[in-house]
Amino acid sequence: MSQYIPVLFMLAVAGAISVGMVLASELLGPKFKFREKMEPFECGEVQASSSKQRFSIRFYLVAMMFIIFDIEAVFLFPWAVTFQALGVFGFIEMMIFILILAAGLIYIWKKGVLDWE
Amino acid sequence: MKQLVIPDVSLGAVGPEIVLVVTAILLLLLEVFTARKEKGYLAYTALGGVLLASAMTANMNGYTEMNFSGMYVVDNFASFFKLVCLLGTGMTILVSVTYTINEGISNGEYYALLLFATSGMFFMISGSDMVTIFMGLEVMSISLYALAGYTRNREKSNEAALKYFVLGALASAFLLYGIALIYGATGSTKLAIIGDSLRTGIANYHLIIIGAALLVVGFGFKISAVPFHMWAPDVYQGAPAPVTAFMSSGPKAATFAAFLRVFNEALPSMQADWWQIFWILSVMTMTVGNIMALRQTDVKRMLAYSSIAHAGYILMGFTTGDWFGVSAILFYMLVYTFMNIGVFAVVTIVARKNEEKTTFEDYTGLGYKHPIIGVTLVVLLFSLIGIPPTAGFVGKFYIFMSALQQGYVWLVIIAVVNSVISVFYYLRLTIVMYMTEETTEALPSLSLSPSLVTALIISIYGSLWLGVMPSSYITFAQAASLIP
Amino acid sequence: MTLLILFYSFATLAICLAMTMIIAKRPIISAISLVGVMFCLAGLFAMLNAHLIAALQVLVYAGAIMVLFMFVIMLLNVREKEGESYSSAVFIQIGSVGILAAMLLPFMTTINMTVNPNLEVDFGTTFAVGKVLFTDYLLPFEIASVLLLAGLVGAVMLSKIKIK
Repeated sequence: MSQYIPVLFMLAVAGAISVGMVLASELLGPKFKFREKMEPFECGEVQASSSKQRFSIRFYLVAMMFIIFDIEAVFLFPWAVTFQALGVFGFIEMMIFILILAAGLIYIWKKGVLDWE
Repeated sequence: MKQLVIPDVSLGAVGPEIVLVVTAILLLLLEVFTARKEKGYLAYTALGGVLLASAMTANMNGYTEMNFSGMYVVDNFASFFKLVCLLGTGMTILVSVTYTINEGISNGEYYALLLFATSGMFFMISGSDMVTIFMGLEVMSISLYALAGYTRNREKSNEAALKYFVLGALASAFLLYGIALIYGATGSTKLAIIGDSLRTGIANYHLIIIGAALLVVGFGFKISAVPFHMWAPDVYQGAPAPVTAFMSSGPKAATFAAFLRVFNEALPSMQADWWQIFWILSVMTMTVGNIMALRQTDVKRMLAYSSIAHAGYILMGFTTGDWFGVSAILFYMLVYTFMNIGVFAVVTIVARKNEEKTTFEDYTGLGYKHPIIGVTLVVLLFSLIGIPPTAGFVGKFYIFMSALQQGYVWLVIIAVVNSVISVFYYLRLTIVMYMTEETTEALPSLSLSPSLVTALIISIYGSLWLGVMPSSYITFAQAASLIP
Repeated sequence: MTLLILFYSFATLAICLAMTMIIAKRPIISAISLVGVMFCLAGLFAMLNAHLIAALQVLVYAGAIMVLFMFVIMLLNVREKEGESYSSAVFIQIGSVGILAAMLLPFMTTINMTVNPNLEVDFGTTFAVGKVLFTDYLLPFEIASVLLLAGLVGAVMLSKIKIK
């Protein structure tokens, strides 16, 4: 477990810095509160429209594709580490895995999912 | 670095699966690389894949083999269920040919998803490890969620996909948690090892009980057993009619197969405990299904409840825990696939474009206007009721006998009462078709394509032939029963 | 002792954040709480010596999947339900889950949970996971690619973009 101490330490430092910065500016900085300033983005300008707009479905599709290929990548980590021990067998195994997903990539490519019009 | 031990890989054992997946990928690529007009052959490509897979599966009949470090098993039980699933998929493809053209939906992905779902079922059926079973179940479910919402311009279809997905994901979570607890109790996900550690008493019994209960929830959802059936009516009604036909046959058979394998191979020593659970599940499922079906005005919804009721009859075979019950389930699943897809084929024909005509009124005078379709539907409905000499009768008789042999007299009495109740709603449809005067608008001509006719002929053949000459199929089912 | 303290702090935090996720009225707060839950679970995995899984939990769940959730929240343009009181259904649900937990508790206390003393040295490392994943779990691994492909096709078909 001791190998996680740096991770915990880093988390603690990151947390302390972010909380500390907000706290410090809250405590030390001058405060002028008026309506425009309290709006999101805090730029002092009057908002032109609501920030809550509907996003194009393409964002969702891109995120979805990202997850699918991200999970493909996840399988590559243990494969890369065991590559030498597995030899040719492991190579073929992973090639089948990648080929099946490559077919998916060709499919979405030709289908126009990756185009942004 | 030391070399790892390479497991025993037998590509021949997973041959049918490879064929299905490769065909599905081929369909996806053909879909994007061919012009829109030339896509009529995609359905037949899919059908070719199914036929090849069937031939390979049938070829495996008779030998038992364990593969992939005990992850995967080929035996008669698996082959039988696989053939049932392939029958369901093949007939669904035949029913879908005209449907996809009429609805103008892109069909490469449609058939690809059907084949992906089928390959998932195969892994479920042949999985001798919880991990394989779960992965297969997920492949099947994900494909089905997408298929349920395939006619994406129909609001009902969207609703069906969303409901099915959210509830299905919850059910998968239950199943996975059950697997995790059983793994925690026995230290393995392999069915054989779980069975051994239960027999020798190493396993933690309490954990196993909770785990098994969660497995019942997860599998019960997929076979729409009451009280986990809530999704079925909405999804069956909303999904495209051929997809509904598909959902009610193959996936159910595959889930029953995995369900049977898990409980009879991993947890057989708990049979004294779990038969009561299945007794109650069975009674609730058939009773609720039949009573709710009485009140429906939509044919697809009525068939959804009827499908729930049939799941209840099939669950009777679980209570016995012997080879008789298992072979009765096998036979019933085969019969059910034949007759149910036939009924949905008729529903697809009558529904026409956008699936607007699915209420009972839309069947008014169907028997006079379209005598052949009318007679077909009547035969299939009689088979669903279980009137001799249809196959439905033999299936029911056989499964009731298996329960009687184990002394579950009350269960059989309840099942018989339920069968009588079911006569009302099936006959109601027949009455609407024949007895009512043609008061509503005249039925326009229905398009009967060769593929649809083939599907109807197959289902009529199955529903009658298996009723008249069931013996060879019953022998086949007995040879395939999991328990010696 | 340290482990016990760590376990209980992670576990309590995870449960609290999960509760926040369910009862928060702003969807963004729900999403952020879920990220917190994922981190706590990663901590629990790390304590179980499942190092790779702990890392993937952060990478995939707290990273990729949460991004998708954010997109969905924005996509659906979920309105904040401020001022709206909770329906009694929420409390009934929380109550029934509580009752279920209370029923399972006596069961759980009877379970004799012991740590396997014969844990291999490299247990839970990337190499150890790869070793079983690519030999014993070869078939499920290949099924995973089929699963991803089916999911991909399903996502494309269900999103209502105009497709060629």
